[in-house]
Amino acid sequence: MTRAAAIAAGALLLLLLGIPIASLILRVPAASLAARMSEPAIQEALRLSLVTTLASTLIIVLLGTPVAYVLATRSFPGKRVVETVIDLPMVLPPTVAGLALLLAFGRAGFVGRALGIELPFTTLAVILAQVFMSAPFFIAPARAGFSGVDRRLVDAAATLRASEGYTFARVVLPLTLPSLTAGAAMACARALGEFGATITFAGNLPGVTQTMPLAVYVAFQSDLEAAIVLSVLLMILSFGLLLGLRAATGRMGSASSLVSPIAR
Amino acid sequence: MKRLVLAFLLVASPALAAPDAATIFAAASLSESFQDVAKELEKTGKHYRFNFAGSQQLAAQLEQGAPADVFASADELWMRYAKEHDLLEGDPRLFARNRLVVVTPKTNPGRVDRIADLARPGVKVLLGVENVPVGRYARQVLANLHLSRRVLANVVSQEENVKAIVTKIALGEADAGFVYASDVTPGVRGKLRRIAIPDDAEVIADYPIAVAKNAPHAEAARAFVDYLLTREGQAILVKHGFLPAEDARP
Repeated sequence: MTRAAAIAAGALLLLLLGIPIASLILRVPAASLAARMSEPAIQEALRLSLVTTLASTLIIVLLGTPVAYVLATRSFPGKRVVETVIDLPMVLPPTVAGLALLLAFGRAGFVGRALGIELPFTTLAVILAQVFMSAPFFIAPARAGFSGVDRRLVDAAATLRASEGYTFARVVLPLTLPSLTAGAAMACARALGEFGATITFAGNLPGVTQTMPLAVYVAFQSDLEAAIVLSVLLMILSFGLLLGLRAATGRMGSASSLVSPIAR
Repeated sequence: MKRLVLAFLLVASPALAAPDAATIFAAASLSESFQDVAKELEKTGKHYRFNFAGSQQLAAQLEQGAPADVFASADELWMRYAKEHDLLEGDPRLFARNRLVVVTPKTNPGRVDRIADLARPGVKVLLGVENVPVGRYARQVLANLHLSRRVLANVVSQEENVKAIVTKIALGEADAGFVYASDVTPGVRGKLRRIAIPDDAEVIADYPIAVAKNAPHAEAARAFVDYLLTREGQAILVKHGFLPAEDARP
């Protein structure tokens, strides 16, 4: 009985997730697909998406790794508040995030006016919106990874007079690489799909701020076929990203378990 | 658990208990005026709810089978599109017109004082996307002024509906944008400066409206459309900055 129920529930959820994806793929204009893919408008959106996503993922990893490490290993007053602030974008409606970014970094915004900068409507604003929305998707798994490192390994390194930096680079980092990679891939996938904060904060201009999700939205209103082509392209990219992540962490997971005999 | 369910019901009940209302798909520029019209009609016991967005988006939603009772577009193009796709009942009627204007933030950071200033390099201009009516009308104005090339080079973002342009200009994030006269509402009037478009380049927006095919609330839908064309309905639209429909007829 419970087994049957579980199977039914699983099948239902799978259908719910699978049918829309299949519907999208079934509507792909097979005959004109190659021609449409090479259209400059689609190419432009693809290029912009790849460049901004790469940049934002890099920023997130560089800034997020120390943050995750500190959160995993230190306790300090107000830590809970800091953690919640970092997690907030995960549940925040992206348009709210976009508005917040506009009020902060817009030229009439808080920081914008103080520094005299004009971020909105630039590619940099797209990257900033992606960093804002996707950083927690990296920090959460990275933090879990750092927390999972056996303290005894770090202590052992310390007794061998390894500096904290050396220990981090040679002991902690290799052990947490799977978590960091997983987090980076999740953040990357989230950044690739970012829409609401981008259109609110960065605007919508082909080649400058119109990433693939924005291009899908605009195309939906005028050229459904282009919207479908872009959507499928996005889906393939995200699918590849997640699948690659699974394969990679699977491999690294077994590799890292080899270097941590004590942890086992 | 029981308390949780109770709390949920308490929060959700107003939404669940909402009176049966006719759904009106209307161009974003009609947001304020149509709410007022609905308030008037509420007195006769009819209820309306709205989906305000760019006309092109509404047409796309209608085509995909979104349940609507009324469709009001900010141009004839998208109404024709709906008609051609057999989404309407009967023929559309023109119920209002709207003037296009250029707005800048009150502080005028881009020093835009006349329309030609939009062509000065570095001025940040907001336009609607090409298929939203306000974007199409604005491009016509620019073509009339022979400024298309230079102003289009200054466009920093193409917004999907006119209200997004109004908000970003009111926030002071861009230097100028093309919107409708009716968008300079009391709510944002203090934050905007308005620059008129020269008469010889002016483009007037036409607003058609129609009852949707197989409208679930056809009676309330017809009442809404009819009311717009009464003297009272026209007065509400004029109060909100629209031009009356009458003059639209040649």
